[in-house]
Amino acid sequence: MSLGAYLSRHAQVFVGSLGRIVRQPFATFMTMGVIAVALALPLLLYLLLTNVRAATGSWNEAFDLSVYMAKGAPAGRTASVAKQLELRGDVASVRTVTADQAMAEFRKTSGFGQALDALTDNPLPDTLVVTPALGASTPDGTEALRRAITAIPDVQSVQLDTDWVKRLHALLDLLRRVLLLTAGILGIGVVLIVGNTIRLDILNRRAEIEVMKLVGATDRFARRPFLYSGVWYGLGGGLLALGLVGAAALSLAQPVDALARLYGSPFQLGQLPWSTDGAVLLAAVALAWLGSWLAATRHIRGIEPN
Amino acid sequence: MIHFDQVYKRYPNGRDALAGVSFKIERGEMVFLTGHSGAGKSSILKLVALIERPTRGHVLVHGQSTGALGARSIPAFRRKLGVVFQDHKLLNDRPVSDNVALPLIITGLPRREVDKRMRAALDQVGLLGKEKLKPLELSTGEQQRVGIARAIVAKPDLLIADEPTGNLDPDLALEIMKLFKRFNEVGVTVVIASHDVHLIEHVGARRIVLADGRVVA
Repeated sequence: MSLGAYLSRHAQVFVGSLGRIVRQPFATFMTMGVIAVALALPLLLYLLLTNVRAATGSWNEAFDLSVYMAKGAPAGRTASVAKQLELRGDVASVRTVTADQAMAEFRKTSGFGQALDALTDNPLPDTLVVTPALGASTPDGTEALRRAITAIPDVQSVQLDTDWVKRLHALLDLLRRVLLLTAGILGIGVVLIVGNTIRLDILNRRAEIEVMKLVGATDRFARRPFLYSGVWYGLGGGLLALGLVGAAALSLAQPVDALARLYGSPFQLGQLPWSTDGAVLLAAVALAWLGSWLAATRHIRGIEPN
Repeated sequence: MIHFDQVYKRYPNGRDALAGVSFKIERGEMVFLTGHSGAGKSSILKLVALIERPTRGHVLVHGQSTGALGARSIPAFRRKLGVVFQDHKLLNDRPVSDNVALPLIITGLPRREVDKRMRAALDQVGLLGKEKLKPLELSTGEQQRVGIARAIVAKPDLLIADEPTGNLDPDLALEIMKLFKRFNEVGVTVVIASHDVHLIEHVGARRIVLADGRVVA
């Protein structure tokens, strides 16, 4: 067989199989719809995850250290430490919150005004809020800075409250695992759905396959149109899934925007990048092809003329 | 061309269709298999087309023992013979052209060559011009001729037919038989299972008479 004839025969079967599934629009749409839902679920989770990751990534960079001065430090010591810190290359800025300012703030926001009047002494220390320079905004960089500041005399303690970031990241890792598992399970679902659809398709066309085999068709030849049907199901289901996720992201964009504005964040819900869209289509086609291959190989072998 | 040597065929339901059948058919012969229904005519054709395999004994077609052929060799084996069925076995949702071209399409012949040979085959059975019709738009006789065109389109040197005139009136049946005769005259070995004794006498060819799974004449 010449290559040209081979290719033109494949192209013909490819288009022919499309024609066949288009002639049953309802059944085809149902199959593609199930595939789309199975793909859209992990995709939505993925969209959520990448967005949360992007958002927390930017918060992490601008993470400040709180430096608490010792209560018994000599007057003016806070200002000198602040000056000392400002000279450091890994510090972007230092904001001083004196004990009195802190007390005033606490009195205003806590609602304990009366009770606080009973205190003879201000129990709060002077505080320096240190923002690391951009170059030092890594976990290692801020940790090194924290140790350096702790070593300065009259500094009581340095608080680097990254615990919640660590917890969040652990949670995101867990979610990522859940996403992979979900994607895996639903991927198997796609293989089975397409396999079952193709199986029914083969049973419906049993007589035709028998005739083909009677005139000498190989199993591969009889299988080919079903493999192409599988590819079309995958492609259609993949496109539908991307449409679903796109629509979901669009409908979420406004509430997310409103929420972010309440937190004073410029964060916006991002769409999936084109490369992800391509990968999703590729995966959909591959899974559907696998499903149709399994079903067609198995069931066409079993059909013999009698 | 075809050699049956002490062939037994027992179906899974326990029925013995053939009980020690031996005969030879030479290249270029035209042979009728006759006998009552259930005598074993169809079983013999199924064994020749490798739709069934012998329970015991040897079936040689084209010098190949069918018992030794693996599943992978069956397609190539079937391409070397043309088969005509009583119920035509056409694809009713495809036009006549696709039905006739099928044996060529599966071999991967270029489209232009397929079209040329498909038309030539239709011309030989007198159906040129009906390529675009669906089988159900044709009469039974015409459907049978589509089946014959499909059987001969790949130019096999062996043509087998199972009751090809079973559903036809006498005139049409004779016409179909003349068609087979013409193929035989150009060198094709033709084996026809038929119980129509009058028709067979009219055509005039060697007969293998079967009764209860044995050759009796």
